Amino acid sequence: MTIFYVLLVFVLIAAVIAIETKNLLSSVICIGAVGFGASLLFLFLRAPDIAITQIVVEILGLIILIRATIARDLTFIGGDREFFGMVVSVVVIIAISLVGVVVLTTLPVVFGDPVFAEVPNAASQTYLSEGLRDTGAANIVAAVILDYRAYDTLGEATVLFTSIIGATVILRKKTKKLLEEPDL
Amino acid sequence: MKGMTVIVKTISVWVKMIIFLFGIYIILFGHLTPGGGFAGGVILAASYVLLMLAFGREFVLKSLPLGLASKLDCVGALMFIFIAILGLVFSGTFFVNFLYQKYLPGEALNLISAGTIPLSNIAIGIKVGASLFLIIFVLSTFRHEVSEKKEE
Repeated sequence: MTIFYVLLVFVLIAAVIAIETKNLLSSVICIGAVGFGASLLFLFLRAPDIAITQIVVEILGLIILIRATIARDLTFIGGDREFFGMVVSVVVIIAISLVGVVVLTTLPVVFGDPVFAEVPNAASQTYLSEGLRDTGAANIVAAVILDYRAYDTLGEATVLFTSIIGATVILRKKTKKLLEEPDL
Repeated sequence: MKGMTVIVKTISVWVKMIIFLFGIYIILFGHLTPGGGFAGGVILAASYVLLMLAFGREFVLKSLPLGLASKLDCVGALMFIFIAILGLVFSGTFFVNFLYQKYLPGEALNLISAGTIPLSNIAIGIKVGASLFLIIFVLSTFRHEVSEKKEE
């Protein structure tokens, strides 16, 4: 239980540093730390699938993507913050924390324990008890995303495919021209 | 982009193989252990992006040309649809797990079990890996264009 609060505080501090710092590289690394803390949280919440996906996407999708795509001379973030924006963000943060405390205290179980263990007739009970017999997959997450809810995965794959097509088409001419030139 | 120092290059050649094998493991055992097509595909893409960062863009094109990457992307997507249509053909319902229900039940917790789920995992892994590699490659090429224009 204590580990959740330690990780939550770590994630919050990293998120605040990521917003406040002026250096783009340290900001990106702080966001990586946020993702790492979140993936550890998922691991302790007994959700290893989402933990693996979280850490992989956070590392590749964020740090490597930004390292590979941002030019080296654009590493500083400029601009000052207005007073009004500061007040609004503080108010929003306090409101969200209050709502979070209310949610935590009204949960039917202790934070970190699965809800379906306490709530009778939860939908996930069906998947857990019938999943292995219905699909034969020992990993219930795979059984859900590739058998029970395979349409969702198809839609996800379509979205990814379409976005890749869009990106390559938009950047195509420049890419072709650059590939003929010698490397920098 | 000419790549980094000799130390980085040597280590990335070794580490790349381990990362690639780990991605294949995550994809193949997606129906038994945590992981699956998406996470494994991202790991496969990461191994090539690591090569790209360490050696430069020209080097990685020798082992994975852009044409091959886009073909792999399409192959993965078509394979996934094909598995879904096979369910329609053999069992009468789109996306039904026909292999498990009719032909190859397999024993739970074995590598060959769960019917079409491992096949779908492989298809999604190929698709996600190829497309993420493509998007990072194209974006990094675009970055060079932007920084060149700034210098002019």
